[in-house]
Amino acid sequence: MEPDRDAIPPDAENEDRRFFLKQSMFIAGLSMAPADFLQAALAPDDGPVGNAVKVKLSLTVNGKRKRITIDPRMTLLDLLRENLGLTGTKKGCDFGQCGACTVHVDGRRTLSCLTFAVMQHGAKITTIEGLSDGEKLHPLQEAFIKHDGFQCGYCTPGQIMSGVACIREGCAGSAGEVREYMSGNLCRCGAYPNIVDAILEVKKEGLKV
Amino acid sequence: MNRKSLDNPSDNSLSRVDGAVKVTGTATYSAEYVVPELAHAVLVTSTIAKGSITAIESQEAEAAPGVLAVISHLNAIEVPGWPARKQPAERAPVGTAFRVFYDPLIYFDGQPVAMVVAGTREQAVHAASLVRVTYRKEIHQTHFEKNTSKAGIPLNVQRAKNSPFQDYARGDAAALTNAEVRIEAEYTIPTQHHQPLEPHAIIAVWEADDKLTVYDKNQGVKSAQGQLAQAFKLPREKVQVVATYIGGAFGSGIRVWPHTMAAVMAAKQVKRPVKLVLGREQMFTSVGYRPYTVQKLTLGASKTGQLAGIMHEGTGQTSAYEEHLERTVLASRALYASAYAATRYRLLPLDVNTPTWMRGPGDATGMFALESAMDELAFALKMDPLEFRLKNYAESDPERNLPWSAKSLRECYELGAEKFGWKNRMQEPRSVKRGGMLLGSGMASSLYGFHRHPSKARALMQADGSVIVQSATMDIGPGTGTAMTRIAAKVLGVNAKKIRFELGHSALPDAPGQNGSSTIPSVGSAVHVVCEALKSKLVTLAGEMSERFRSGGQPVVRNGQVFSSGEDKEGINYSDILKYHQLKELEVTEESKSGAERDQYSMYSFGCHFVEVEVDPLTGEVRVTRVVTCADVGTIINYKTARSQSIGGVVGGIGMALMEHSAMDHRFGRYVTNDFASYHIPVHADVPPIEVYYIDKPDVHVNPIGSKGLGEIAIVGVAGAIANAVFHATGKRVRELPITPDKLI
Repeated sequence: MEPDRDAIPPDAENEDRRFFLKQSMFIAGLSMAPADFLQAALAPDDGPVGNAVKVKLSLTVNGKRKRITIDPRMTLLDLLRENLGLTGTKKGCDFGQCGACTVHVDGRRTLSCLTFAVMQHGAKITTIEGLSDGEKLHPLQEAFIKHDGFQCGYCTPGQIMSGVACIREGCAGSAGEVREYMSGNLCRCGAYPNIVDAILEVKKEGLKV
Repeated sequence: MNRKSLDNPSDNSLSRVDGAVKVTGTATYSAEYVVPELAHAVLVTSTIAKGSITAIESQEAEAAPGVLAVISHLNAIEVPGWPARKQPAERAPVGTAFRVFYDPLIYFDGQPVAMVVAGTREQAVHAASLVRVTYRKEIHQTHFEKNTSKAGIPLNVQRAKNSPFQDYARGDAAALTNAEVRIEAEYTIPTQHHQPLEPHAIIAVWEADDKLTVYDKNQGVKSAQGQLAQAFKLPREKVQVVATYIGGAFGSGIRVWPHTMAAVMAAKQVKRPVKLVLGREQMFTSVGYRPYTVQKLTLGASKTGQLAGIMHEGTGQTSAYEEHLERTVLASRALYASAYAATRYRLLPLDVNTPTWMRGPGDATGMFALESAMDELAFALKMDPLEFRLKNYAESDPERNLPWSAKSLRECYELGAEKFGWKNRMQEPRSVKRGGMLLGSGMASSLYGFHRHPSKARALMQADGSVIVQSATMDIGPGTGTAMTRIAAKVLGVNAKKIRFELGHSALPDAPGQNGSSTIPSVGSAVHVVCEALKSKLVTLAGEMSERFRSGGQPVVRNGQVFSSGEDKEGINYSDILKYHQLKELEVTEESKSGAERDQYSMYSFGCHFVEVEVDPLTGEVRVTRVVTCADVGTIINYKTARSQSIGGVVGGIGMALMEHSAMDHRFGRYVTNDFASYHIPVHADVPPIEVYYIDKPDVHVNPIGSKGLGEIAIVGVAGAIANAVFHATGKRVRELPITPDKLI
């Protein structure tokens, strides 16, 4: 799927993209450059963070345009949690094995811990915080409360983001299908049967997800 | 009998009071507090299992961008509450021995040896990779089976004559020796880890030289407050511990662990708030685990199925520096009416980190063995396993010779058997197939001791008639706030929406940590009592407002109003009572605790599980296809959340029985299962529909609310029921968990 970049003003987009490309090539070049060149080449503005340079990045998170300068080693998950204050996306394992960090990138479910933030230039990210319509909860959020689809609540944002994708992608036809499809989202409290009930109900009601 | 099921929740249960914040991602967990000037810490851990550090080369790390400090035993601040001494020469009770960054000694692989603190997480992660640690290695012992000869009576039991872990025997041992039918078997459970989805995390903030606030993932803010105050020699009120939302724990948060101390020490040292989040791999060596345990059961019975004797011996693993004890063998003394019963409990110290309590501690382990052995004996007797248990039903506690405070286990068995369809079960193993799969069913009993600790709660009636109820209790997931709101709403006769329950902060009234299924029995009682006291005050104040109250009727409360009697049509609003008396707020604090009843009755929660499995005869793959679980825990406070807790226990039991195994490479004394790809816990596809039933009869002797604990018995016995079902399906008895395909083909 091509990222939908309509939300970004064309000028800013081009400017960001030019900067990004320039910088990407620059970083790629650095890996082969002698150390003293490396030191000399760093402009004060883009000064060292760790042993890397900072990178400018533009992306849309929950409908809001963000232009930031970040450490290229930062994952999308850490960007959301540590820099943007969006702690609804959870860090469960940081290895892509638990699903707690699931977000939607350009509409696709993505493990944000396995994604460097710099890879998301121009992308549209939706996190759990962006799922509800203001005060009005998303139908699957409502269904999770109704069916008690969680206990401690830590895997919940990831379960809901995956659950929404499960319905959107047409994989919520039966309990068995939901269980198979949702198996990348771990829940140690064991709320699984209630989560499945919640997803099936929303699917059955045919509500817009 | 009040038999309610919530499989189609139609009762008047409350949905979780914190549901909206949890589904919108706005609940704040320990690592998520916004603190200015926050620095990030990353641990460097040992790569040997025993020996000592000879050098730490940290210059390169210290010179790396953003690094504030590299902390180790070479430069860590002194913890004033630790009296100067060597690390302990002999094993001490848990919580007293291990001191992080104290000296160069290494007790286990994965032990924190240094910590890098930097401005950002990325900087800290990189700098941690630059720290070089060299060691003097000693030969380590981590292999349980190869060291069993070193097991012994725990030192702390040797010193305590009244310890429940002393060797125990009642009746005549000859009854077992001469029993007509006997079985003898050894059962093993490997090390298993809690692995809550939220990694342990802490933000430590020194607000002043003598004032500490920590946002820490733990199961007891009051006990953490006490331990940190003691370590840093501060008055309790100078230390505040906050843990409002906890992303699961299952026992891993009961203690204040070394990493917690490390973060607090680091924050003092770098003079900035410090955040430390354990990596998933560090969760295997930092916050305890269910210990590797080997148990030997000898059971004897008459040919007619009367138990003649039970001998239960268990040896659990502990660390070289602390003794972790658990109830492994104790259930065998109380569950069945056996004239002869004996237990022995031993510990085997190894060069590993200390285990800790994990959901259903001891009993989940012990009852896997006992309930497997009961199934084996029933099979040897050619008796139905349920009939065998009913035949040996203990009408009073055979260990303490006391009446039960209440016991409806018989009703549990009957209800569970009926819902499961147990009576249609073919007794012969490997006799039923379904779609090419071997089909089996098994059952097991469950029990867990009743724990009630002194607890306080405060109730604050606001001018608008809403109520704030507070207690320093916790919610690691069961829905504490929801249950407490339910209790308060019922007593005060107000809508639950008008009640706010506050927990998880050490400044709130004293309450125990969330462990041992003690929260509802303890804090639920305190909330009940404080709301009763508030109600009395409101009734008294209302009485001063109207003539009607002088007619001698019994005042009642409902819909946020006080009525002079049940017949009174005109109530006085709570808000009007406060207004009339010119009160901004009405505050009551009460304490609730056990009394003499503890010596008059034996108190337990009971339950049972019925499980159906399918086993692939070619691959040995086991699938749990159906579970019916039934519990007798007195009054159910809130069905919806209770049911979820029961389901969660069964899911934990499926993991324990079929997949969870922390495997160690003994050449290095290191876990090779160190993430979710290698340490398997149940996923959606592993969990079938689970039916939950409760007896829901108040236990009038235990506390004012008639309610006992549920969290532990939800898992206790599940692994046994699954193992029994696998035997029924395949004819093969697996005595070593987890029951993986290699053990069935």
